[in-house]
This record gives sequence, structure tokens and C-alpha cells, in this order.
Amino acid sequence: MNIKNLSRRRVLRGVLNGGVVAVSLPVLDCFLNENGNAYANGAPLPLRFGTWFWGLGGNNAILVPQKTGAGYDIPQQLAPVARVRQHINLITNLTAFRDGEPNLCHFSGWIIGRTGRAPKADVDRPTETIDVTIANEIGRSTRFRTLTASATGDFRNTVSYDNPNAPNPPEISPVEFYTRLFGSGFQDPNSPVFTPSARVMARRSVLSAVMGEIKALEKTVGVTDRERLDQYFTGLRHLEKQFDQQLTKPEPIAACVAPPSISDDPKMGVDVEMVKVRHRMLTDLMAMAVACDQTRVINMAYSNAQANTVKEGYEKPHHTTTHEEAIDAKLGYQPNHAYFASRAIEEWAYFVEAFAKIREGSGTLLDNMLIYANTDHGDARVHSLDEMISFTAGRAGGRVKTGLHIDAKGTGVTRVGYTALRIMGIELPTWGVKSNMTSNHLSEIVA
Amino acid sequence: MLQRLRILTQSLRKPKRLLWAGAGVAVAGIAAGLVMMAARNGEPETPGTPASLRLLTQQQYLNTLAYVFGPNVQPNTRFAALPRTSGLLASGAAKAGLTDSQLEMYQKTAAQVAGTITDEASRDYLIPCVPASVDAPDAECARTFISQVAPLLYRRTLPAEHIDVMVTEAGKATEALGNFYDGLSVVIEGILLSPNVLLVAEAAEPDPDHAGTQRLDSWSLATRLSLFLWNAAPDMELLEAARSGALQTRRGLAKQVDRMLASPRLEDGVRSLFDDMFEFENFGALSKDGQIYPTFTGETAVDAREQTLRTVVDHLVARRADYRDLFTTRKTFMSPSLAPIYKVAAQGPGWNPYEFPADSPYSGLLTHVSFQALHSHPGRSSATLRGKALREVMLCQVVPKPPANVDFSAVQNPDGSLKTARERVAFHLENPSCAGCHRITDPMGLSMESFDGAGQFRVQEDGYDIDTTGDLDGVKFTDVVGLGEALRNHPQVPWCMVRRAFAYATGTPSDTSNRRVLEFLSERFADSGYVLPDLLREIALSQTFRKVYQPRVREAHAVPNLTAQSQPAAHSELTASAAP
Repeated sequence: MNIKNLSRRRVLRGVLNGGVVAVSLPVLDCFLNENGNAYANGAPLPLRFGTWFWGLGGNNAILVPQKTGAGYDIPQQLAPVARVRQHINLITNLTAFRDGEPNLCHFSGWIIGRTGRAPKADVDRPTETIDVTIANEIGRSTRFRTLTASATGDFRNTVSYDNPNAPNPPEISPVEFYTRLFGSGFQDPNSPVFTPSARVMARRSVLSAVMGEIKALEKTVGVTDRERLDQYFTGLRHLEKQFDQQLTKPEPIAACVAPPSISDDPKMGVDVEMVKVRHRMLTDLMAMAVACDQTRVINMAYSNAQANTVKEGYEKPHHTTTHEEAIDAKLGYQPNHAYFASRAIEEWAYFVEAFAKIREGSGTLLDNMLIYANTDHGDARVHSLDEMISFTAGRAGGRVKTGLHIDAKGTGVTRVGYTALRIMGIELPTWGVKSNMTSNHLSEIVA
Repeated sequence: MLQRLRILTQSLRKPKRLLWAGAGVAVAGIAAGLVMMAARNGEPETPGTPASLRLLTQQQYLNTLAYVFGPNVQPNTRFAALPRTSGLLASGAAKAGLTDSQLEMYQKTAAQVAGTITDEASRDYLIPCVPASVDAPDAECARTFISQVAPLLYRRTLPAEHIDVMVTEAGKATEALGNFYDGLSVVIEGILLSPNVLLVAEAAEPDPDHAGTQRLDSWSLATRLSLFLWNAAPDMELLEAARSGALQTRRGLAKQVDRMLASPRLEDGVRSLFDDMFEFENFGALSKDGQIYPTFTGETAVDAREQTLRTVVDHLVARRADYRDLFTTRKTFMSPSLAPIYKVAAQGPGWNPYEFPADSPYSGLLTHVSFQALHSHPGRSSATLRGKALREVMLCQVVPKPPANVDFSAVQNPDGSLKTARERVAFHLENPSCAGCHRITDPMGLSMESFDGAGQFRVQEDGYDIDTTGDLDGVKFTDVVGLGEALRNHPQVPWCMVRRAFAYATGTPSDTSNRRVLEFLSERFADSGYVLPDLLREIALSQTFRKVYQPRVREAHAVPNLTAQSQPAAHSELTASAAP
């Protein structure tokens, strides 16, 4: 059977009165071409984008390598990254420019890195973040335009904004995330049986009537509120598309293996051990969501900006530690801050590995991704916006070179974002505003 | 509650009396013949407040479901976080945007609700008719259910053709699914996804009593009232008052407001107001270090929030006591999980009234675990966080953020000689770049050092006596009980309450144009002896509450591109506002 001919319309003809259609599938191996880098029909494997966030940076004295380029040295705090160095790039000595705006502690730095714009005040929430810009280009065909998760356990900690008033709420519960991804709404692309749901068809029909109500409402509200109605309408269209996808037999995907169900959430709390468990559970789910092509854009926050992670028995949270702990004269850095920062770097390595260990075609899932990781400060102790570090991971289908350490020499943090945008096919002559505006991509990592 | 729902359902079975369907929305015409409402004694003229488009909050949604379908219909859901705006989440609902994820959450929640209503175990109670055949459409039964439920969720009567569409959809879905209840559940999902249900779009109409001004139309006024006083959609009686036009008369409005204030549902509204004002949503992410505070569990956090809300409702609604005395009252409630934190004997299972002895350090809301633990770190107390919360939450003041690029090395404590928080934060008061703000927060924050990060009373920190002296805007005291007294007598305490209640009531932050009416309401609040329900009544009956204006749209004009040789494009991305 030609999969392409198995259209929604064709399937629906078989489900009158909620009937069931059984569809036999071809062998999975024949889905890819001989080189394993494209589907057999010639369509390239999809390119995906991700972000990862952690708060309070690191201790540059033990984090930043001396050497640049390939084969750079691995200082103590970078140790976990050694095992994934072939998949990543480390960019150091980046600057977020305030352009005369106040340094909004734990706020300006990461927002500039994700929007290219320095906020003017704490209430000045981020404009469209980079993941949304990319999702609007590449995320429209999948079940979820974008997925966002936070390991902090606080559903207010998000790094993804459609606009200043529309943050994308993060997943914080592995149980809920599993249910959303792989619960009843999941169409296993490799299932031998395809059963379009008559209930979903009925839902779709009712949804059309609901959408009609928006038009009447639009006449009664002002321009600003009309934009919010547009957002509502877009959300309904998103639901409609999800329903359509549920009614369509998905293409088989060899890399997609629905994980076992999760029945219990890890214990709530911000202890590093609890955060680690939550981060890993959410990461594993997210990786399989990408492998199953449920989404092509993801965001994960390990901690919040001004990270509030704690260590059992130690009274100061990470953020307070950065400000109140003495710099150890012998070590030359704050040891407990280093403890917390090292745990974050360890989780970054886990995040990278989660995608690198999933086989896709002749390589890995990560090979067809670009992940951008950023933080809020260079030296958190004094809220500095210079000497910031960033990572990328993945080769983006061969568009990115990896294994490099690049010294950005104090240039803008927006260069990383701009490079990511270009790699993901967003052709912008520049990105960012004022001093954060750049047209200078990181040529070192572009293949 | 099911019995209550049966009663509701029985009353819903009298659609002819209420004439929901086909009643139309000719409120403006009716209003013209109604008793004119003059400005109430002494209330100053104001521009009113904006007619807003608000998102129905999660609690408003749940409270509405509980009223319409009973308390068992409570889906497990989590709406997106609202941006706290001018001290209230309620004000953030007027500007919060919507995302795909949020609509997904609405849909999943709606499916849960529909499933519960049509489930075999509950359909007999929640659906007021039985279909002729369970596996075939029954337009009459579907119409009966939809006609009764939809107006309560839409917060207005619906045109007959709208009901017809829903009934038709129910029939189509029943045919597709082969089951009447499954078909009906799909329509319930659709209703609960409606923008008219999940968004509160306030509509204005010309005010016949005040030429040239606008007031909320009857439906919007009913909804604003109900969200304010009950934190839920209007009930049938209020909708009927809106439909008949009675709500736009002074007598009709007062009758409804008094009825709502006398209702047990006022507790929902007051709890919600204070849960919002006290920033209790932070309890959702509160955790304590189990090694440092082994007695503070997840249950403790839940009960700490509940303890304060019970105290507030008991003090303000049940006793109608002076609002200011909340900061000194020793009356509260105790639960088994809180007793060890307060070091008192358990008062039995569940919640029980409790009064701290006169010589106890526990006096007023500031000494509640909810305040002390919420404004602390997971492993230790924080004089600064507590002082900041006192200023911002109780006094509606704004404490500036800390400056950037401060070198904190001076507060580092390598030799361990600084034992107490007072010694550690002394640096702040000596350093000019920090002192400005820390003088605002620390003098009263340090007096609360008699509570550790879990809210447990202590007299020593690390073996050193804690100095709890302090002052609040010139009023000196020796301990946290004295701080409570000072706060109780602070003139900004009732002012802050008025400001928050007014913003909460109208759904948008108050601004300078509201100052005169806020002063008026403050005087009335004082005259009443600071009785909160009286303040709520004053607000609900005020001219300002129902007077609205359309928010001005900032018109954008293209800015000439001075560097370009040619004229700028008509729709340049660079724009400037013509409005101030």
C-alpha cells in the first residue's frame, strides 16, 4: 500500500459510525534511503531546534578552557561535557549589551540571549523568543508547534514567550507530560492498526461552530483585545489541526518507540537531587517526542534564572550562595556555587546524550537537531553581563560543525542566536536591536 | 451538594418562567424606562474603569462548574500562570495572552468535565431528562439540558438559533458515536471551549442617566459583580435580574448585591481576593529543606495557606471585625500538621478554632506560618524578603529591585564571626548603594527573625540571642507582636485594602484617575469600622464600578526614515505613538 495515498479522506470513508480500519504496514527499514539521511521518497529527515536553560552560569575560572578550536582542554567544571564534546560547541566570552537600560538582575541577560532586545523594566516581559520564531517556521506541521518543560517544579518558570503577555506554560510533571505526549491522543506511527476516532471527528465538527463565535466577539472589543481574540482563534485552529492529525494515519518512524507509562511524579522540591530526577524524566519524554515527530521545537529549563536550587542540609539556595559565599582563597572561586553550577553542567550533558543516543537513519536524532543553551549571567556574584557562556549541540543535518570552543572575544551573545536562526533556515539580515543587533554569525561552527 | 443540584435542576426545568430562550438582549430599550440612578452621596465623578477582556481564571472556572454541576465536577487542570499586575493576578487576567498550549489545556479540561457529567454514575443527577433511546438522538432532551446549562456558562441568555445549532451538533455526534450521552458530551466540550465562556468580554452601552458616558451592559455588570463577590459566574437569579433590567436600577442592584453578600458563596470571593492579594499562588512551588526543617512537610504548606484563609474569612466575614485587627488577632484555626510548627497540642483531627494565649508570640497574620515560611528561603529565614513582602503585600508599596554589579564580598563571612541575620545584613545598611532599599525592608524584617525559615518561633539563632527590636515608619517596637500593632495602626493598611479590593472588583489596576474614588471609599471604609463586607458593598454599588470607557487605542504613525533617500514606506516597522 502506498502510504502517501492513505489520506485522511480515504481513511474516513472507512469509519462511518465509528468503525475501525486496520492498516497493514510495510517494513520499517524501507522508510529511509540507502544513505539513511532521507526518507525513501526523497524527503529529508526533519530539522529540529531546541533550547536549554540554566541559571547563574558557572565559575569561569574552572569552566572556560584555555585553548580554543577543536581539542580544547577540559577544565574541572566542564568535565561532564567531555563525554559529549563531539556533539557540542562551547562559546565563551559573550556579552549581553544593556544599551543604557538597567541591569535587571537575572533577567536582562537571558532575555537578550533569546530575544535580542534588552528589557527596560522587570515588567517588560520578553517579546517573541527565538524558539517561537523558529517554531512558527518549522513547527506548524507537527502535533505540537513547540514543547516547553521546566525541571524546577514551578509552572511559572518558562523561557518561551509568544509575546510579552503570552508565555508558553512549561510542563513540570512527568506524569502529565507523558499523558499529553503518549496518552490517548497519541497516534503511534508504527502501530499495525490505525483506528480513527469517531469522537475526534465529532469534536472537530463542534469546534467549527465554536470558531464561528470569535467573529461575533471581535466586533465588540478594541484593537488590543482583538489581537488576543486572534490568539484564541489561532489556538482553536491548532486544536483543529491536532484533530485532523489524529484522523490521519501517520507515516511510520523507525526511531519512535513510545516510552512506558509513568504513574508517579518525582517528589516536589528544588533540591538538586529532586531537580535532577525531574529533569531527566522530562528530558527522556521530550527526546522521544522529537523522535516521534510530535514536535520539532523544544525548550527545557533545568533551573530558573536566579536559580533557587538547594542542597540538602545547606541553608543557602544557589542564588544566595553566589552572593554570600566567600571566594575560597586557595581555590579562587566559590566552592558551593561551583557545586550547584557543576550539577547544572552535568544535566546539560545528560540532555545532549538523551538525543544523541536515539538512532535516526545512519546517525542520531541529535545529528538532525540544533540545540542552543544559554544562561542569565557571566559572574552571578556581581550580576555581570559579560564573559557569559553558551553552548550549542547537534549538527543540524550537517549544517553545523561541532567539537569546538570559540572565544567570542566580548562580542554579542546574540551572535549565537543569530547563527541558530540562520542554520534553521530563518533568513534574517540582522537579529536584535541596538548594540545587540548582529549580522555577524559564528562562522566557525557553520559547515 | 447533589441535592442542591437537584434543586437547581428542578428550577432549571422551568424554562418558561425564566424565558431564557428568545429573551433577546434588548436591555438598552428596557433600561430607558427604568428608575434613574443618581450618583450616590459624596461619590466623586470619575472616568470609571476600562471595559476589559479578561481571561476566566482557573478558580473562577472551577467555582462556576461547582455551581452549575455540583462539587464533584472538579477536573484536574492547570491553567497558564497569569502575570501579576499591580499586585494582583486578577488584574493580569485583563492582559494575559493565549497560546496553543493553553487552548490544549482548555480542551483537555473540557473533555474531563464532559466525561464526568455524562458518566453513567452521574448522568442521572446532572442531566435533567432521559433520552427516549440511549443509542439515538433525542433533540428534546438535548435541548432541555443545553437550554438550562449553556446560559449559566455563557453568562447570558442565548438566542434560540444558537441553542438550535448545539442541539443539531448533539444529534450529529450521537449518530456518529451511537450513544446519546457521548454525543451530548461532545457538545459540552464545545461549550466549555467557547471564547464566550473562557473570556470575559465586557460590553458597554450608553448610560441613560449620564449623557455622554458609558456603563456596563446588564450581562457584563452581572458578571463583574459575580466574579467580584463570588469569584464565579452569575447564578440564575442574578442573570434574571440582568435579563429583566432590574440590575440597572438602584434598588435592583442593591437587592442583588445584598443577596450576594449574604450568601455563603461570599466566602469563595473573599478567599480568592486574599489568596491573590497575599500572593498565595507561591505556595504551589514552596518547599523546605527536609534536613533543616524536618517538621515542615507538603501538608504543612497546604495547611498554612488554609489556616490564614480560614482566619481571614472568620474574622472579616463571620465576625465582621475590623480589617486592621487581622494583624493582631490571636484567634485562628489549627490543624494536626500545623500544631508541631506552632509547638501547641494537636486540637484533634481536622481543623479546629484555636486562640493563642495573650503572652504568646503569635499575634496576627504576620506571625502565621503562611507569611513567615512563604517569605523565606528553603533552608533559612530572610529578613529582607519578609520586610519586602510586608511593604508590598500589606501596604501596597513598591520596593525597588537590588542594584546590579554590587560586590557582595563584604557580606561574605569567612571567619564565621557573624552569627545572626542582623549582623549579616548590617552591611546593607552601611553600604550606600544598598541602604536605600534595605532601610525600607530590614528594620521590620529583622523583628521577624524570631521565626525561622519554616515559621517556627525561636529566641536564638545558632546559640546567639536574636535582637527583635525594630521600627516601622518611625513607630518603634521590641518584637514581632509590636510590629503587628504598628502595622495594624499604619494608615496605609486600610488604604491598601481599598486599593486592592477596587482593582480586584473591576478587573483592571487602579490608576491615578481613580484616586478620588479610592479616597472616598477609604473614608467609607473607616466610617464602617473597617468592616470588609461593607467595603465590598460600597464598591459594588458605586457609580465607578459600573461606569466604563473603551481603552484608548494608541495610534501608530510611520516615522520618517531620515537616512533613506526616498520617502518611507506607508507601513514602516518603525512607528511612534501619537498618544502620550
